Formats: sequence, C-alpha cells, structure tokens
Amino acid sequence: MEDADYKNKVHPKKFSLWLLCLGILMLFAGLTSAYIVRRGDGNWFDFELPNAFLYSTIIVLLSSVTMYFAHRSAKRDELKGIKIGLALTLFLGTSFIFSQYLGWKEMQDAGLYFVNPKEGDKVSASFLIVIAIVHVAHIIAGLIFLFVTLIKALNHKVHKKNTLSIDMCNTYWHFVGLLWVYLYLFLYFAPDF
Amino acid sequence: MSTATAHTDHHHKESFISKYVFSMDHKMISKQFLITGIVMGVIGMGMSIAFRLQLAYPDTSFPILEWLFGSKWAPDGRLDAGYYMALVTMHGTIMVFYVLTAGLSGTFANLLLPLQVGARDMASPFMNMLSYWFFFASSIVLLSSLFVETGPASGGWTIYPPLSALPKAMPGSGMGMTLWLVAIILFIASSLLGGINYVSTVLNMRTKGMSMTRLPLTVWALMLTAILGILSFPVLLGGGLLLLFDRGFGTSFYLSDIYLGSAGALEHTGGSPVLFQHLFWFLGHPEVYIIILPALGITSEIISINSRKPIFGYTAMVISLLGIAFLSFIVWGHHMFITGMNPLLGAVFLVTTLIIAVPSAVKTFNYLATLWRGNIRFTNAMMFAIGLVSFFISGGLTGIFLGNATLDIQLHDTYFVVGHFHIVMGCAAIFGMMAGIYHWFPKMFGRMLNKPLGYIHFWLTFISAYVVFFPMHFMGLAGVPRRYYAFTLLPEYGVWMDVNVVMTLAAILGGIAQIVFLYNFFSSIFIGKKATQNPWDANTLEWTTPVERIHGNWPGEIPTVYRWAYDYSNPAYDVDFMPQNIPDEGADVELFETTTPTEPETKDEPAKETANFFTLIKNWFKPRTV
Repeated sequence: MEDADYKNKVHPKKFSLWLLCLGILMLFAGLTSAYIVRRGDGNWFDFELPNAFLYSTIIVLLSSVTMYFAHRSAKRDELKGIKIGLALTLFLGTSFIFSQYLGWKEMQDAGLYFVNPKEGDKVSASFLIVIAIVHVAHIIAGLIFLFVTLIKALNHKVHKKNTLSIDMCNTYWHFVGLLWVYLYLFLYFAPDF
Repeated sequence: MSTATAHTDHHHKESFISKYVFSMDHKMISKQFLITGIVMGVIGMGMSIAFRLQLAYPDTSFPILEWLFGSKWAPDGRLDAGYYMALVTMHGTIMVFYVLTAGLSGTFANLLLPLQVGARDMASPFMNMLSYWFFFASSIVLLSSLFVETGPASGGWTIYPPLSALPKAMPGSGMGMTLWLVAIILFIASSLLGGINYVSTVLNMRTKGMSMTRLPLTVWALMLTAILGILSFPVLLGGGLLLLFDRGFGTSFYLSDIYLGSAGALEHTGGSPVLFQHLFWFLGHPEVYIIILPALGITSEIISINSRKPIFGYTAMVISLLGIAFLSFIVWGHHMFITGMNPLLGAVFLVTTLIIAVPSAVKTFNYLATLWRGNIRFTNAMMFAIGLVSFFISGGLTGIFLGNATLDIQLHDTYFVVGHFHIVMGCAAIFGMMAGIYHWFPKMFGRMLNKPLGYIHFWLTFISAYVVFFPMHFMGLAGVPRRYYAFTLLPEYGVWMDVNVVMTLAAILGGIAQIVFLYNFFSSIFIGKKATQNPWDANTLEWTTPVERIHGNWPGEIPTVYRWAYDYSNPAYDVDFMPQNIPDEGADVELFETTTPTEPETKDEPAKETANFFTLIKNWFKPRTV
C-alpha cells in the first residue's frame, strides 16, 4: 500500500501495533482479574515472589534503556549506535528469559509447582507461572522482532529516513517491558490486599 | 496522484493462486469469508433441523439421520442422546462464531471498509489474508471434531467446566473438546488480525474530506465491532489457556474435588468453575454485540437508501452505537445471576443491563422515524432490513425480562432464553446479513440477484423464524428447560409436543427457504442480470468504483468527499440523491482550512511524525483538509 494515499500523521502499521498492544493488555487484564477473583474465593496460598523476578525487572528496564538508545541513534542517523543498541537489547531480552527460568526454579525449590495436585491453595503458583509464561511468549515475539530489525540494521536499512521498523520495534519492546513491570508490581502487592 | 495509478498497474499479473486463493485483495477476501460463512451456515442449520426432528418426533425413526451421522450416533434412525448435545453445541458454536461473527463482519468489513472510507485496500492486506486463512483453518479443525471417535464437544457452546475441563467427564469432553479449543484459538487469532486491520483502516486511511462525522453508519458499526473484538477476544484466550492447562497438565484453575460417576473423586482441589464463567462472559456478552452491531449498521444504510430519506438522527445513531459498545463490557454478570453472586453485584449488572435498552430504543426509534413518510422502495434488501427491525424489537423486549435478576432466576436455562437470543441476535443478525448480501451483491459479483426469488426467500424465512422461535417464550414461561433430549417422559413438558411439531415443521420450511436463497446466490453469480454502477442510487463511495472489480478499487484518483452519506431527497438539489464525492455546484471546493500535506520521503516513512496520541484523537474528529 502506498503512503501518498492517506494524509495522516500516524502510519497505519504503527497504529495496528498499538491496537495489538491493546489486545495483549486485555489478555493480561483478563489473567490478572482471574487472579484477583480466584484469590477472593479464599483457599489461596500467598508467597513471596522469587528474587530472580526482581532481577528480571531490572534487566527489562535496562533493556528499555538500550532500546531507547538504539532508537535515538536511528533518529540521529548514527548507524553504529543502532546496531550496538539493538544487539544489547537482544542480549538483555535473552537474559530476561533466563532470569525468569531461574525464578521458576526458585519456586520449584520452595515446593511451588505449576501443578499442585491435592494442594488447591497453591493454585496461586499455577497462576503466577501461567502469567509469566504467557508474558515470556510475548518477549520471545519481541526478540524475533528485534532480531529482524537488527538484520535490517546490519544491511543499512535502518536509518534516519527509514525508521518505521525500529519505531515499531521500539514501541513493542517498551510495551512488553512495561507490561512485565506492571505484572511484577501486581504480583508483588497482590498478597497485601 | 501518480503513485495511485502505479499501484493499480503493479497487480495486473496475477496467477490463479494469488487471485482466488491466497488473495490479498479485500474484495476477494470478503467473498472468501462470505462463501465459507455460507457453507458453515448450511452445516449449522442442517444440525438444527436434525435436532428439531428429535424434539418433535422423539420416538420416530428417520433413516436419513442414520445415513447422515452413521449408525453410531443415530442408531435405527434415532439420534443418540449424547450426539444430540453435541449437535446443539456445534450448532451454537458454528452460528455464533463462524457464521455471525466471521461470516458477517468478516464479509462486510472487508468489502465495505476500504470502499466506503475511500482506501485502496486494508492497512495491511497481508494480515487480512492471514485473517481469512486462520478462519479457514479454524473451520476445518472445528468440523474435523465431528469425525473423532468420541464425537464433538457437547457441553454447550459456552463450554463451562467441569464438563469441558475434564476429558473423562463424558465422551464429548475428550478429543472433540480439545479440537473445539484449538479451533477457537485459531478463530481468535483470525479475529484479532482482522479487527486490528479494520480499525487501522478506518482511523488512518480515510480519503480527503472523509471526517469521522461523515462516515457511513456501516463503517461506524463495523469499526466498533472490531474494537469490541480486540478488547474481548484476548480475555477468552486467557480463559481458554487456563482451561487447556486444566485439561492437559492437571492444574486446578477450574476443577475442584468433585465426585464423578465415571472417574471417582477428582485429584484436583480448590478450582472455581465460576471463574471460567466470568472470563467466558467477559467475551461472551460483547460477542453478541459483535454479532448484532454490523447488522444494525447495514440496516441503517439500507433503510436510509430505500426510504430515500436521510437517516434520522445520525449523531444519535453514532452515540447509541458507542453507548452499546461501551455498555457491553459491564453487563456480563447478567448471564450468571444464578451462580450465587452477591445480590448487590447482581443489582449492578441488572441496572447496566437495563440501561442498554436506552441506546437500543434510540436506534429502533430512528429506524422507524427514517421509514416514516419515506418514499419506500421494497427491494429485497429493504425487506430484510425491516425484518431486522421487527426482530430487534420483539427480541429486545424479552431481553428486558431476562435482564431482571428476579425474573431471570425463574427463566434461566429455559426455552425463554433460547427464544430471546435466537430472535434478537440470531434472526436479527441473519436478516442484517441477508440484507447486506442482497444490497451489495452487485458490488461483489457485478450482477443482480433475482428479485422474485428474493421475496420468496424473505417471506418464508420471516414467517418460519417467528413460528419457530416465538412459541419458545411460552414454553420457557411454563418452565420447559433447554438442552433436554426428549420431553416425552415428563407430562408437564409433554403437553408442548404439538407445539414442538409445529416449530420443527417451520424450521424445515426455513431450511427450504435457504435452498431458494442458495440457488439464487450461486446461479446469479453466473446468470444474474448485469449490474449497473449504482443500482440503488446510493451516495456512498463504493458505488463510484467501476462495476468490473479492480485491484486498488478506483482506476484513477481516489474520490474526495464533500458531504455526509445521507443526502437523499434533499430539497436543495434537483436530484433525488447526491453522492458523497460530488462537490456543491459553485461552492468553494476547499471547504476546510487547507494545509499542504507533507509527502513522505521514502516508502517506509509517512509524513513527518509529530503526532502524539492526543493530537491523533483530535484529528479524527476534525474535518479533513480537501
């Protein structure tokens, strides 16, 4: 589709991405609401979040900084900065998944499994793991997105005059990062209410 | 606009595969949605006739049933009780999701959105193609569940746990249920890909002069439908995921330590089946508006065109659509009044539910006021549109009964509910869809449908629909429960046998009417009268495209819009209608402040991006520069 046919300020593909983010947000709104409703029913085991999840949060925030750096470099036409920024973000994103894995292992060591037959109150652990896994699935999608953009950047296809892909990558990455921060805060504070 | 012509030239070389199968042209995709929807509709209706035969003649043998479903599911020509439940479940699923969601909004959003807002295609034609193929795959998976050993899902289209969460619960909870879930996940993917595309297209790709306040009501309705889908389907996805984990991995989101005849006491503890109902109905209620809103939009357009009058209360129509869309998210609890919810919460849902009557009444009033003293042309499409108004009123009124928690506790799970939703959402939406097919058939296929056959189709369908569904209200008031295999054993339900026979005969009549339609539809594609460019003298932009359908929609420039879509019989003009793309004679063509839009510098970069979210929203409501 050609760009001259519409006279508006936002590229339709970017706008579609926002809508996609909205849909994803509703998915997690659904899951966290289910968490609240189920917790309200009682028979629920509250536990402290694994430490590794705190590292996840720090990593994901750092990756947002590197993503911001890559995006800013693209706007300023600093080609090297784009590549470094994207590569760093890709690395941090992968580390995020690893830290999540450590978190699930920590939970296992504490006797909190995904499936807890006969211990119905530990469905809280199942909830947490489902929420985390579904989020990681979105992080993996983001990593693929980052990877494609990085390849484009290596082929000099991302620069000041061609920022669409990095713009969208930027939006999506910040979104999934912030989504984790929301989930972390939600899961952290939920037992206090 | 040189790029425009370049665009149309690009696509001349097309293979059969890229033109008819993996097409990225929105017009072709709309036909694919329609034909798939029709096939699913035939299957869904066939199922309903099969189980209506069972309800009317529970002790009679019908060899055709054995021939159709095999000796396992219909031994001696009598439907197996479990398979009866499976048919009811599949009928509901197919009709709600596959015919009235994908078949209706998939068809008309694809056909109308780019054409009516003045765009060459969807925001992302590729995603649009994916949307159809996900839908197609989903249909195949769903239908394949008819052929598994344990039969298709049979716990009702609402798939409440524990029947859906426990593979051992009954035959239909096994493989059939898994396939059902896979099909719905594919369907959600399709619906999201499509919906995102529809909204982006309307908000970002309108032609010059097409402000939001000049959009035809079809576009408003289809866009709000898509927004509802984007906001509600992901929640069902979340609920479905938890259900899959319960089924496959042994988690206890919905399952608790219940005792089951076939499996003994369950190992699960603490799960809450009501949690699933919350997640399901958070989609489920917006879903019924996903079904009816496009039909309402189509009706607005057709009633205005065929009354040769401007639609009465355009702004009120838009606001009522917005109101219905908003309210649909805060009423889901009215499906759950008997789950033991807090009466205060029940009262909240009761109030929000009854408030929906207000925007619905506004719409009905406006339809009637548009018809009032209009120069009405009873085209086939107009007949179906008026039929929708009739169903919307008679079905909407019973909604007020059911919205009241006190009455609902009595009427829940009776035939009253079946009658209510079949009339207000089933028949009304099908009639809206039919109206749309009769109206836009010339645009889709370049030929006209046969008019006398259309009248036969309308009257048979209209009469049969009322005869089938209206008596259900009385059965429900008498306490006859839904989803029962046979009523012969209980005398208090047996008194309704004669009514059941009448309803079944009417359902068969309705089936015959659809055969008339199918013949008309498929034969007219080839032998119908050739259509003129604007056969209904309508104002909207789709009728400014050439009859032979081309990639890119308009051969030259995209038309500019100078007025709203409803200038019919305006005394200011000599003619009866004034298309949106014709400027006023002698008027200053530049109706609004003019700024030169910045041309994009490269393909991937549009105009200079300065907008933030709020200026964007402001721009939507500002008249476009011409």
